[in-house]
Amino acid sequence: MNTSRVFGFKTMKTLLTNRSRATITSGLRRLACTPSSCPRVCIVGGGPAGFYTAQHLLKAHPAMQVDIYERLPIPFGLVRFGVAPDHPEVKNVINTFTQTAQHERCCFHGNVTVGKDVSVEELKQAYHAVVLSYGAEGNRLLGVPGENLSGVYSAKDFVGWYNGLPCNKDLCPDLSHETAVILGQGNVALDVARILLSPLDILTKTDITQPSLEALAASRVRRVLIVGRRGPLQVAFTIKELREMVNLAGTRPDMVPADFKGIAEVLKDLPRPRKRLTELMMKAVREAPSGEGSTSRQWGFRFLRSPVEVLPTPDLTQTAGIRLGINRLEGSGDGARAVATGETEDIECGMVISSIGYQSLPIDPAVPFDPHKAIIPNAVGRVLKTSGLYCSGWVKRGPTGVIATTMNDSFDTARVLIQDIETGILDISTAKPGSQTVTPLLQKRGVNPVSFSDWEKIDAEEMKRGSVVGKPREKLLDVTEMLKTVHS
Amino acid sequence: MPTDSTGSHIIRMVLESHFLVIRQFCCYTRALRSENKVTVSFINRDGEKVTVKGSPGDSLLDVVIEQDLDIDGFGACEGTLACSTCHLIFDEDVFNQLGPITDEEMDMLDLAYGLTDTSRLGCQVCLTKSLEGITVRVPESVADMRESDFGTTSSSS
Repeated sequence: MNTSRVFGFKTMKTLLTNRSRATITSGLRRLACTPSSCPRVCIVGGGPAGFYTAQHLLKAHPAMQVDIYERLPIPFGLVRFGVAPDHPEVKNVINTFTQTAQHERCCFHGNVTVGKDVSVEELKQAYHAVVLSYGAEGNRLLGVPGENLSGVYSAKDFVGWYNGLPCNKDLCPDLSHETAVILGQGNVALDVARILLSPLDILTKTDITQPSLEALAASRVRRVLIVGRRGPLQVAFTIKELREMVNLAGTRPDMVPADFKGIAEVLKDLPRPRKRLTELMMKAVREAPSGEGSTSRQWGFRFLRSPVEVLPTPDLTQTAGIRLGINRLEGSGDGARAVATGETEDIECGMVISSIGYQSLPIDPAVPFDPHKAIIPNAVGRVLKTSGLYCSGWVKRGPTGVIATTMNDSFDTARVLIQDIETGILDISTAKPGSQTVTPLLQKRGVNPVSFSDWEKIDAEEMKRGSVVGKPREKLLDVTEMLKTVHS
Repeated sequence: MPTDSTGSHIIRMVLESHFLVIRQFCCYTRALRSENKVTVSFINRDGEKVTVKGSPGDSLLDVVIEQDLDIDGFGACEGTLACSTCHLIFDEDVFNQLGPITDEEMDMLDLAYGLTDTSRLGCQVCLTKSLEGITVRVPESVADMRESDFGTTSSSS
């Protein structure tokens, strides 16, 4: 009797175990794998696109192993180096990225330049799939004479300078002239204008780098003109950034009311976002004081103007001004085209910041690249004419949109990749070694990857330095110094 | 007024029968505590309806986080009015009860996918007893809408 009870109990236990096993197996049937064939995916680029892609892959597949390779020893890409220092709330996404990086099936490998330290082909050998999420590190050129004069900067470099991007730490922009001209009317242009004109007491509480804070404290820039080739209805910036300009303490708008002639009549037919944005611009025009106000700093838009030439000083070394071609609009709405009239106008300025767009660059000959669109040719994130290659973020769709755009776009790529595993398009039947072979390969080549816990040492050091001066962090500006902090 | 109280009476009856079901799964203390709470249903992107409870004063973003609801990418900026990922769509009558929207919330809503006339940001809508039983919809994110979105050359937002 005892025996049978024991036996009965055992049987029941076995049954239960088998049953729960069966339930799990059927639930995960398509996704589950033996340890040897766990899907291993690597992501190239540790910015928002990379982290959001990783987040969704880890969530959607219970066995997926994800490695993120990043060129710098620090993660988060443009959240750290692009988002303006006075927008700390946007940087809250770092908390979610940190959770992803600390996920048991995720591993961050910083200080690794894909395309140089390790090739995409080598990554393809080591992983079932490679997701390219390396963003847009280049910038579009103006293509006008004088572009290389001292005093002409790309917005990308200028933003990198005040945000502590190591390669921009020695930019030393010339802030000694009263007028700065920004070419381009997107959010980056407004970020740059705002940083140039912000009262120092706002900036000192941010994570802006100390050298740029000091340079801005000594700045003589008093007037920032933000120039676009088309009209007020075609601006690319968003209303949040415009409202910040309108509300910026110690500044007043300097607009040309005539630019808004006829706009009031078309307002009612615009979609709500464009309508509200335009109304706010017009409010700024109406409220702009006509004479010299009590505030000394000004900002304003100049429409229907394209750069023709950056004008040099008599000794031909410095920027003295910019010649703008005057355009007229053909068509209307988003599709309106700027057509040169042949007339020009000159603006005196000591600084020209080109903010006409970031640009992705090819990373490796093994990856197709569309030089015209400056993206990796893809269909919903599947790189065309290849297998096992995917892309997300700016390198997939071009350098536009807010972080939420990149989030959705990266989730889409992750969904497509999971779908390819389910349908068998992506073959995961053979085991792949992942970082087990890549890390030794890197070490053999003299590259020492930086882990996420290594980054946390840098993070702690930066926050420590920041607390001394009342800032959220004081960024390390030099890769060597970052690596020293890791190994100290 | 009488209609209102009849309505809420019916809602209460429906909810009470609903609670009976919930009680079979939840522990008793939770059900007791829930009497002060507000019931909210979320219709997820895939059409699935999830009904949860939140405390008066909590924002809908708080509810999503506390109840660990599975909505991808919801609340990326953690309720600081710096993104539009907690965008929710309300029924018109509920929307009209919610009170005024700040310019800053409108600014972020303008960047939301699938913006409607009854859209709000979940981080800006706080629960009150009068919202008992509401249903909110998580907007679908559609690929081609994104292509034509109010895109901008930006690294900043």
